[in-house]
Amino acid sequence: MSGHSPEEIQAEVRTYLMVFGALAVLTVVTVAVSYLDLSSGPAITLALIIASIKGSLVAAYFMHLLDERKLIYSILLLTVAFFIVLMAVPAATIADTTGTVIHGAAPAAPAEH
Amino acid sequence: MSVPEEKFVEEAGHDDAHAHGEHHDESFIWKYVFSTDHKVIGIQYGLTALCFLLFGFCLMIMMRWQLASPGAPIPFIGGFLGQANAPGGIMLPEFYNQLGAMHGTIMVFLAIVPLIVGAFGNYLVPLQIGAPDMAFPKLNMASYWVYFIGGVVMLVSFFLPGGAANSGWTSYAPLSIIATMGQTAWLIGMIFLITSSLLGSTNIIVTIFQLRAPGMTWMRLPFFIWAQLVTSFLLVLAFPPLEAAGAMQLMDRLAGTSFFMPSGLYVSGQVLEYAGGGSVLLWQHLFWFLAHPEVYVLILPAMGIVAEVIANNTRKPLWGYKALVYSSVFLGFTSFIVWAHHMFMTGMGTVISAFFQTTTMIISIPSVVILTAMLISLWGGSIRFNTPMLFALAFLPMFGIGGLTGLPLGLAPTDIHLHDTYYVIGHFHYVVAPGTIFGIFAGIYYWFPKITGRHMSELLGKVHFWTSLVFINGVFAPMFLQGLAGVSRRLYDGGAQYSHAQPVLHLNTFISYSAFLLLAAQTVFIVNFVWSIFRGKRATSNPWGATTIEWTATTSPPLGHGNFETPPRVYRGPYDYSAPGAEDGFIAQDAAPQEG
Amino acid sequence: MVEIPYNVEPRPDTGLYNAKLGIWLFLASEVMLFGALFSAYILLRSGDPNWYHADLNVPMATLNTMFLITSSVTVVMAWASLRLNDFAKFRLYGIVTFLLASAFMVVKAIEYNEEFTHGLYPATNNFMAVYFTMTGLHGLHVLGGMVVIGYLLGPGAKMWKTEPQRFTNRAETFGLYWHFVDLVWIFLFPALYLL
Repeated sequence: MSGHSPEEIQAEVRTYLMVFGALAVLTVVTVAVSYLDLSSGPAITLALIIASIKGSLVAAYFMHLLDERKLIYSILLLTVAFFIVLMAVPAATIADTTGTVIHGAAPAAPAEH
Repeated sequence: MSVPEEKFVEEAGHDDAHAHGEHHDESFIWKYVFSTDHKVIGIQYGLTALCFLLFGFCLMIMMRWQLASPGAPIPFIGGFLGQANAPGGIMLPEFYNQLGAMHGTIMVFLAIVPLIVGAFGNYLVPLQIGAPDMAFPKLNMASYWVYFIGGVVMLVSFFLPGGAANSGWTSYAPLSIIATMGQTAWLIGMIFLITSSLLGSTNIIVTIFQLRAPGMTWMRLPFFIWAQLVTSFLLVLAFPPLEAAGAMQLMDRLAGTSFFMPSGLYVSGQVLEYAGGGSVLLWQHLFWFLAHPEVYVLILPAMGIVAEVIANNTRKPLWGYKALVYSSVFLGFTSFIVWAHHMFMTGMGTVISAFFQTTTMIISIPSVVILTAMLISLWGGSIRFNTPMLFALAFLPMFGIGGLTGLPLGLAPTDIHLHDTYYVIGHFHYVVAPGTIFGIFAGIYYWFPKITGRHMSELLGKVHFWTSLVFINGVFAPMFLQGLAGVSRRLYDGGAQYSHAQPVLHLNTFISYSAFLLLAAQTVFIVNFVWSIFRGKRATSNPWGATTIEWTATTSPPLGHGNFETPPRVYRGPYDYSAPGAEDGFIAQDAAPQEG
Repeated sequence: MVEIPYNVEPRPDTGLYNAKLGIWLFLASEVMLFGALFSAYILLRSGDPNWYHADLNVPMATLNTMFLITSSVTVVMAWASLRLNDFAKFRLYGIVTFLLASAFMVVKAIEYNEEFTHGLYPATNNFMAVYFTMTGLHGLHVLGGMVVIGYLLGPGAKMWKTEPQRFTNRAETFGLYWHFVDLVWIFLFPALYLL
């Protein structure tokens, strides 16, 4: 990994503690935001943004992704791409349907004929 | 991109010193049962999977009997199947459904993938890249035994009350949620099998990235390795959603959740006691998210095997190596975004349906490139028609038929007529049976001398080949006609009750007899295989005159620990056949360049 | 067993030692595993006009979030201690990580018990089904992690004397897994408790 000398490792330790502080603060923010009573769209977006920031801090500093190898980045990029497909596409097939929907909400887009 | 040789030599040298001291008195258990040697594990996978292949075939034979003669008692074994399955030897529809679901499950997850990835992958990947073993030998051993347990769970399910799983290998909700106990066993078995697969595929990827011998750059890898690499990526990323879905289905069945149970279901006039609000399509999405990449898992390693055999038996390099490599990678990537072509009939809107039709058409391109490259590779070749080559050659048109018949299924307008008919069965069996399985046979006949030190009989091999080729087409070709006529899948009487099926019903008898003859043809293989292990003609270290280092850098079998007496170093690409200056008609990958 | 190269030193062209590549591949598969469950949650919730959202115990879950985040710090400190050749500190941080994980499981158990007493079971409605399945699977991963920490602090610690670099690598590899478990919770917490 990056630092081998004790000084470099101590510097890393300082970084870890700062990230810990940031994560603690962001956790408080996460809970505070939930009391704002936003409508679902903005609420989900805001919650996702804060969670992504926290997640990125864990990934970048605790998991050392910032100085990780290209190979790992490529694998993760591939994974994220498929993760997004898995999130978005099944929901899209619910939004765009044809005929009568038997259960659940009516489709957001007008049904095609 | 090369690795300091000294590093490799030092590690391998260290091994020799170790090997001497440690492996003298290994008991039978540690040497053959719980071995961490990839060659032993590869053989374990191979033998177990071949048994499952035969068993899965026999399940289908029983089904074909029923389809040819609905309501007639099954000969020989009918009396042993039990009252619950076949009273008086006459197959009940419930039992037919079990056979159908388990035939598919066993063939895909217990036979084919363990053969092409667990057996061929485990045995050959380290050897072909010049590694002493897989990156994680203990994990490798674990992956076999987890597979074994999964297989046992699947087999035991036949003896549960209500029998084995009977909701198709696709286990669609809500039928699978209300099905008998066997479905729970299926889900548990799948969790073991998926775990085994994840362990194995991670191992293969790390091995290929990390343990290539010095000089084995990416574009010098045999195509077989590229195929295994892409396949393993598919397994690592596509299987987990099915594992999650399996867990959710278990929750529905055991904890009464409603992940896949819509509101207001009635079964036999009774309201089902479920909270409801679930989605049957959720199961289909998560299932097919795996199951589509899974079909590329089924074909890619077989393409890898066929490529090796073709290069070797045309005595010339493969045409379009780069095209093959890029096509496989593109194929792997695209396979993740086509899955809902299995769901055209579920009420998707035209926009999303068009998306999937487009990606499905696009994915046919790399398959065609691969097939074409292998066909062109034959041009100008000095073809040797030995048994492995015969199977490899037959693979090409058979896979072609399978691929072409997939096109009307991938387009929604034609899929309206063909979905869930025998046309689909014909299509996918052409790809997997005279496709992948022929590739497997090619591989077995080809690598048998390296693994056992003996040759299989060429005469019996050719008999096996020609009979299999004829009868397998007899089984699957007529199915296209039945499908076009509208005969549905999974009907225990083969369509006898439907008027639209009457003109094509007679084909059932023809198909079934072809299947019985196909089974008989496999006995030739089984006899050849077993006999040759003990009495086959002795083979030299490189009897086929191959260029890849599993042949050229190893001794005659049995191969020992660490695989190579001296660690190999690679100097050239994988297919230097008939190269200028080649004395024996080929230059091995690890042959040092001549001076001057 | 055969000696495998690059178990300890990284391979020059990839820059990785074997287990590091292995664990990242495993984590990629875990992203897809939990991804499928998140996808199920999205699909079920957006498709159901009668979606019922239970009032879960936010303070307890916030506490749990802090437990996991802190344990992520302690686990990376444990690895840093090994790199500084301080086995005693490694053991200390390792034990604290284990305790924090146990605390997480205890709070989870209390929560589940609370839910059961109020008649909220997985079968009650799909929100509870998603909640129990996702936190259950996550909890199993926490338990698995505790087993591994136990091994690294217990019988596995022998390797520090014989192959210290390889043992340090094991600590790093485990840390990566543990951070991932924390990461999943960072998304689970708002998704299930706050939205």
